[in-house]
Amino acid sequence: MRRALILLLALIGCGAQGPALAERLVVSLSNHQVLVLSNFVGEDLVLFGTIEPDAQTTARASGYDLVVTVTGPRETLRTRRKERVLGLWVNVDSREFVRVPSYLAVLSNRPVGQIAASETLRRLQLGLDNFLLTQRVGFDLADTVPGDPFRTAFVRLETQAGRYSELASAVRFLTPSVFRAAIPLPADAPVGSYTVDVKLLADGALVGRANSELSVSKAGIEQYLAEAARNSGLLYGLATTLMALLTGWIASIVFRRD
Amino acid sequence: MSVNVFVILGMGLAVGFISGMFGIGGGFLMTPLLIFTGIPPAVAVASVSSHIAASSFTGAITYWRRNALDLALAAMLLSAGIVGTATGVWVFTGLRALDQLDLVIGLSYVTLLSVVGALMIYDGLRAEIRTHQGMPATVRRPGSHTWVHGLPLKMRFKRSKIYVSVIPVWAIGFVIGFVGAIMGIGGGFLLVPMLIYFLRVPTATVIGTSMVLTLITMASATVMHAVTNHLVDAILALILMVGGVIGAQFGARAGQLMRGERLRLLLGLLVFAVGLRFAYELAVRPDDLYSLRHVGSG
Repeated sequence: MRRALILLLALIGCGAQGPALAERLVVSLSNHQVLVLSNFVGEDLVLFGTIEPDAQTTARASGYDLVVTVTGPRETLRTRRKERVLGLWVNVDSREFVRVPSYLAVLSNRPVGQIAASETLRRLQLGLDNFLLTQRVGFDLADTVPGDPFRTAFVRLETQAGRYSELASAVRFLTPSVFRAAIPLPADAPVGSYTVDVKLLADGALVGRANSELSVSKAGIEQYLAEAARNSGLLYGLATTLMALLTGWIASIVFRRD
Repeated sequence: MSVNVFVILGMGLAVGFISGMFGIGGGFLMTPLLIFTGIPPAVAVASVSSHIAASSFTGAITYWRRNALDLALAAMLLSAGIVGTATGVWVFTGLRALDQLDLVIGLSYVTLLSVVGALMIYDGLRAEIRTHQGMPATVRRPGSHTWVHGLPLKMRFKRSKIYVSVIPVWAIGFVIGFVGAIMGIGGGFLLVPMLIYFLRVPTATVIGTSMVLTLITMASATVMHAVTNHLVDAILALILMVGGVIGAQFGARAGQLMRGERLRLLLGLLVFAVGLRFAYELAVRPDDLYSLRHVGSG
């Protein structure tokens, strides 16, 4: 707790500030560089922040709401749907989701739906349902409506895999103007740069905004192998084959009977 | 992908035991087992290739020491086998892009395994009935000349003591290479019967020769899958190999205690059962109709 306060004091005066917004929002991450080793089992990153009302603004009676959206590096995925064809279950239909986050966490102090009107939520892209997920439609790219079955399935599968999450109590107010949020990084957190977007709302309207960034990089033998598999396929294939021959040869020596 | 190391090792041991017992690579069991454990079919097929390369290398060395290899025949099969493997990997890549790879892998397994399994069961049962009637279990093969022997481009294979056209040799090599690349099987359980029935290769050299072919097609399939699809998982392959080669030693000892015909009946039942399991997988409504496939980063 003392460390946190020191951190906060050090931070005041160097935060991001929205131009036309009434509140000043200052945030800091506990760690900007996450190094994933082979024994990494996931980690909670901590985001601290303070809210400083402007001199003109009076204290808000209803209190503040915070929504933190963490997005990982972008990737393109295809969602496929099986249908029954001649008695067999076959991938028939599919949609491509273009440049969508490989990691997406929406953290808030209470359910996003209670924070603002649905129109505002959609405009500010608050919550998994309102996050812009671009879909390829023919040659065009378009956003999808929240009820789209492929979008629903996509979000559900990503949530099951632990890559997408919406946590309605991950942001806690320590005092009315100091808050703390835990960002859960799964064991297989995608490598790359992440953006942290913090939005402050009061009475269902945006009053403050701040950004931060973090990067996840992997180290250790597994990452080395994964990179090798992707970057130098030929070498990797030859090495695997050599390993196979070596294993086979050793076995023939060890178990030699004649 | 998080799968228990000991489960994989155990599967390697079990499949190795069976492969040693029946003298086959065991790819047609290993790949399905991995798929049923939840490893994506594409990764399973690509990684099992290297596992089969390892176990067939052990076998090939053993047969080489016994001088039971027909290298000339293996080389002819191989020249077409490599072309078959390359075609297979190319088709594999195309099917993956069309999202139909899993279906084709499944259907190929159902067709191939149930047909081969049924034939083996039929053969095995007939032999069982014959032994019950007090007759010799092995049926004498029909006359040694078939239409296969009428084809041109004949070649003499000294070690196997056969004189056949290279056309069926190439055809068999191509089929084995192609099927192996798509299904992640060495094809030993197909190749051995094909060599015996079509080319009349004597039993003395058939298994050793088939292992040389399996070794080279699977080694090249590993490299080609690694280059084109980036799907080979070296860690998974290593665990499988270690389990497989150890299991094979115990299996080989168990296999020597059993009569050949009964062994073939058992193998037939096993092959057929795996085929049925695949049919079930395709016919039953999956838990989740939706699935994701990574297309690209950025």
